[in-house]
This record gives sequence, structure tokens and C-alpha cells, in this order.
Amino acid sequence: MDKFRMIFQFFQSNQESFMNGICGIMALASTQMYSAFDFNCPCLPHYNLAYGLGILLVPPFILFLLGFVLNNNISMLAEEWRRPQGQRGKDPAVLRYMFCSMAQRAMIAPAVWVSVTLLDGKCITCAFCTSVPVETLGNASHPRLSQGETERVLAQIPCKEIYSGQQLIANEVAVRYLRCISQALGWCFVLLMTTLAFLVRSLRPCFSQAAFLKSRYWSHYIDIERKLFDETCAEHARSFAKVCIQQFFEGMSTDLVAARCHQPRKAPADAEEAAEKLLGITDQGTMNMALKSWHRCKPPLHLHPPALPTGNSWAGEGQPPMHPSAPRKETAVYYSWV
Amino acid sequence: MDRFRMIFQYFQSNSESVMNGICGLLALASVKMYTSFDFSCPCLPQYNMAYGLGIMFVPPIILFLCGLILNRQSLVMLEEWRRPPGRRRKDLAVIRYMCSSILQRAMVAPVVWIIVTLLDGKCLTCAFSGSMDPQKFVGFANVSTVQVQQLLAKVPCKDDELMRNNTSRKAVSRYLRCWSQALGWSTLLILIIAAFLARWLRPCLNQATLLQARHWSSYIDIEQKIFEETCCEHSRLFAHKCILHFFESMQQEIKLHSLPREGEGAEGGEDLLQGITNQDQVNKLLKTWYYEKPPLDVS
Repeated sequence: MDKFRMIFQFFQSNQESFMNGICGIMALASTQMYSAFDFNCPCLPHYNLAYGLGILLVPPFILFLLGFVLNNNISMLAEEWRRPQGQRGKDPAVLRYMFCSMAQRAMIAPAVWVSVTLLDGKCITCAFCTSVPVETLGNASHPRLSQGETERVLAQIPCKEIYSGQQLIANEVAVRYLRCISQALGWCFVLLMTTLAFLVRSLRPCFSQAAFLKSRYWSHYIDIERKLFDETCAEHARSFAKVCIQQFFEGMSTDLVAARCHQPRKAPADAEEAAEKLLGITDQGTMNMALKSWHRCKPPLHLHPPALPTGNSWAGEGQPPMHPSAPRKETAVYYSWV
Repeated sequence: MDRFRMIFQYFQSNSESVMNGICGLLALASVKMYTSFDFSCPCLPQYNMAYGLGIMFVPPIILFLCGLILNRQSLVMLEEWRRPPGRRRKDLAVIRYMCSSILQRAMVAPVVWIIVTLLDGKCLTCAFSGSMDPQKFVGFANVSTVQVQQLLAKVPCKDDELMRNNTSRKAVSRYLRCWSQALGWSTLLILIIAAFLARWLRPCLNQATLLQARHWSSYIDIEQKIFEETCCEHSRLFAHKCILHFFESMQQEIKLHSLPREGEGAEGGEDLLQGITNQDQVNKLLKTWYYEKPPLDVS
């Protein structure tokens, strides 16, 4: 339990760690998707290449874009890129760092898909079965067929149950040949990717390490600042709502007292405290009026100082309605240092 | 248990996280529904297309409506849209923002269903097997028109006696599945490109208005929650007072009707019992509570 909580908190604490978690999940999801996907080669001359290469290249592109879409930093990057300068200068090195780190993470799931596809071999077998060298691998004594006919027969290689060219070239021979090439390509791809990753990681500190540290710091800072701003706004909205609702109920009970023709009874001190908690609403009719008024005539988004006994009449047109996007400035103070 | 509570609290803490969680659950439910659904193509000329396209489009509509129903924010948005302006003007940008975020989340599960359907291929094979050109496939080329329609309609049914080992059936089925999968991947690609462009380009247009709309839409949500909590608190106190008044009035009634018994010295301990100290009094109190509930007035 504790271990799980620790892991969870570790990923949450830092946006980068969180993104690493998402990246790992997407890599696993990509292998799962590949094994769940039912590869179905059309076994027709012109369709094979399109289908095979499509399955090899389109899902990685989708996974790459998905890696960007799921990354919250992308809107932060776009915002930082497009914001007006104002009183804070923009540093293109920070933007480049953010983009590179997002792109690196988004590349992992597509690379996993391509590796798994090549190592499995079905895509390459389907795409390139018409290019199998019949002269070297096939049956030399077989009468020669026309080009179109050969292609049609070779296209059926991935579909064992409808393959009609066993005399021309044995199905197992062709499949083995194509799978061997596919697996060799797969391992070379994995080796290439790993070498690139190794070079990037080990050579980067040799070039402009100081600038790199600076960019990394300020990109984390922008992320943290945005989160804190959102939290502060949410806190402010909560306090604003509480005071607004309290003043709504106070306004209602003031109106009721003013509307009553007779003086209310003098209540003992502790009953007064209870009456205050009851927000001055002590019977069914008043509560119904309060609920109706909440829907029909919501209070304006304008908090008045609590000391003044205001004469806000909830039924009348005393105050002009305020535009909702103008909160009082003195209820919140934001610190900013550039 | 703790782990579940922690995950639950994480999602509860933020209304948006709750909605994202529901959206993800619906998407998983839609995949699970598809895999457990037993697709059974009728293999008859007129029925295939209706069945195939029906299975592809009707469940997404249901999932979309479920997504709207389960989202609490749709009620908040409707209320904000329909309320009279009163003393607070309505801001259409806020309502538009809420509407678009609700629709985006509700669209995820239907889209997942459609894509899984296309990638699996059974629906399209069932719907369009009758529309194939028989000349392209060797086994169907020299058959009369009426009979070829019947045969083509039977293509999705592997276990039919006519079709069991027919190579042309396999060729047609493979061809249609290939198209279905290509369509599925293309749809997914287009949607992801659209989502990517939307996320990338949105901050470039009207970022300030967007921030304002987002703030006020979450304010409306918070305000509604706090108002409900205040009303709950109020009704708890109101009920408490109402019941206290009821017990006091019963106590006075009992005092009027019964002779003064024990001294007043024992009152300190009996306060909690509100003067109701034997079976008959309790029965009378319960009967009165049922037959004559007190009025809703504690002033």
C-alpha cells in the first residue's frame, strides 16, 4: 500500500516523471495493440504493398501524435510561444528544450511498434512477397508464366490456404526468406535506435551544459508557475463563492426583517446564535422563496464589504447587474517576479 | 482498500479529473462491450446491410447519450443557459466553453466503438459483401445474377455448407476486411491529427478569453456545490430545531395531563429524555409524529 502510494506520489510530483509514466504505458499499449490486431493480408497484387507498408507506418505516426496530444506541456509550449512579450522576455532556448523533450518521449511508442512489427515479420512478408527472387529460390524446371500471372501467384504467398504456386516456389521457402530479412531489419532498427539514444545521452553534457541546465530549470519553472496559478484561481473562486452565497442569504433575511409589519420577539442569546446559523430562514415558505430566488435571480458577482448594512433588495432593481468577469481586486494578491 | 481510496480521492479532488475518469471508463466499457457482443450476420441479401450498419452506428449513439447523462457538468450548463439573467448577466463564452468540453468528452466512447468495429472488420464484411463485383472473383464470375447475390450474402458466414471451403469466399472476405481495416486506421489518423491541431493551435487564438471562460465555468461549478452544501447544513439544523420544538411541545402536553410525580431535582439527568420517561409516553410521541407532523416553522 505504502509502496504504491510512494510510486504514485513520485510520478505525480513532477510533470516530467508523470510524462515518463505515460510514455511507458503507451509503449506497453502499442505492443498490446499489435498483438490484438488481426493482421489480414489481402493477397492481391497491388494491395499487398499498400496494406503492409500502411500497417508498418501509419500506426507509428498515430502513436507519435498521440504522444504529443496526451502531453499537457504542448499547450504550455504553444502558450509560451505565442504570448505577448509584456514585462517578461522570451527565451527560445527554453522553447527548444521543451519541444525536444516532448518529441523524444513521443518517439518511444512508435519505435516499439516498428520494432515489434519487423521482428514479427508479417508486414514485410505481405508487402514484399511479389518481389521474391523466383529464379534463385524457385523451381527452375517449372514453365515460365507471364509477369502478371507470376505476380498474382506470388501475391498469395502470405495466405497459405489459397496459395496455388507450390510448383513455382515452395511457400515455406518464400516465407522463411522474407521473415529472415524482416527480422534482420528489425534487429538493425533496434540497434540503431539504441545507439542513437546512447549517443544523445552521453554526448549532450559535452556541449553547452550550462545553457542546458538553465533551459531545464526555466522550463520546470514555467510548468510549476502555471499549476500554482490554476490552484490559486481555484482557491479564490471557492472563497468568492462562499462569501457570495453568505451575502445572498444575509440579503434575503434583511429583506424579510424589513418586510415584517411587527417587531420580532426578543430571543435569548443562545437562540440568536442558532438563528444566525440558520441564516435567518426559519420556515418552509421562506426557504422556498430562497430557492426560487437562487434560480430566478442569482446575485451579482460583486461582493460588498460585510460591515455595511446594505439595502440590497432581492426583488427589486436596486443594483445594476455587473459583468461577470470583474472580480474585486483587493480580495486576492498575486505576487509576480520576473 | 487504501489504494482504492487514494485513487478515488485523486479523481474526486478535481471535477475535471472526475469527468476524465468517467470518459476513460466509458471507452474501456465500449471495448469490452464489443468483444463480448456475439456478432451474428444474418447472411440474407436484404438484411445484411441493415444489420451491419446498425451494429456499427446504433451503439455509438447510445454511448454518446450515456456520456452526456453521466456528466454532471451538462446539468450545470443547462441550468446556466436557461436561468433568467436576474442580477447576473450571462456570458455566452462560458456556456460555449462548457458545451464544447462536454461534447468532446462524450464523443470519446462512440469513436472508440466505431474504430474497434472497423479494425475488426466483421461489420463491414457483413454489410457490403452483397455489393461486391462478382467478376473480380473467380468462383463467382460465371453464376447467374440472382444466385450470385445469394452466394455473396453468405460470404460472412464461414460455417455455411456451401461456403465452408470456398476459396472465393475467403478472397472476398479478405478483400473486405482489408478495406475495413484501412478505413479504420485512416479514421484514427484523421482524428488524431485533428486533436493534435486543436491542442497546438488553441493557445494561439484567444488565449485570454479562453482563460476567462475556463475560470468562470469552474467558478459556476464550485458555487453550485457550495450552495448545495450550505442548503444541506441548513436543513440539518432546521430539522434539529424542528424536532426539538416537537419534543418540547410533547413534554408540555404530558406535563399538563399527568400529575406532578417525582421532584424537580431529578430534572438535570432527565433533560436528555425530554420528559418522556415511560412506554405510554413514547408510544404517544411516535403516534403523534406519524399522524401530526409539526409544521415547518421554527421561528
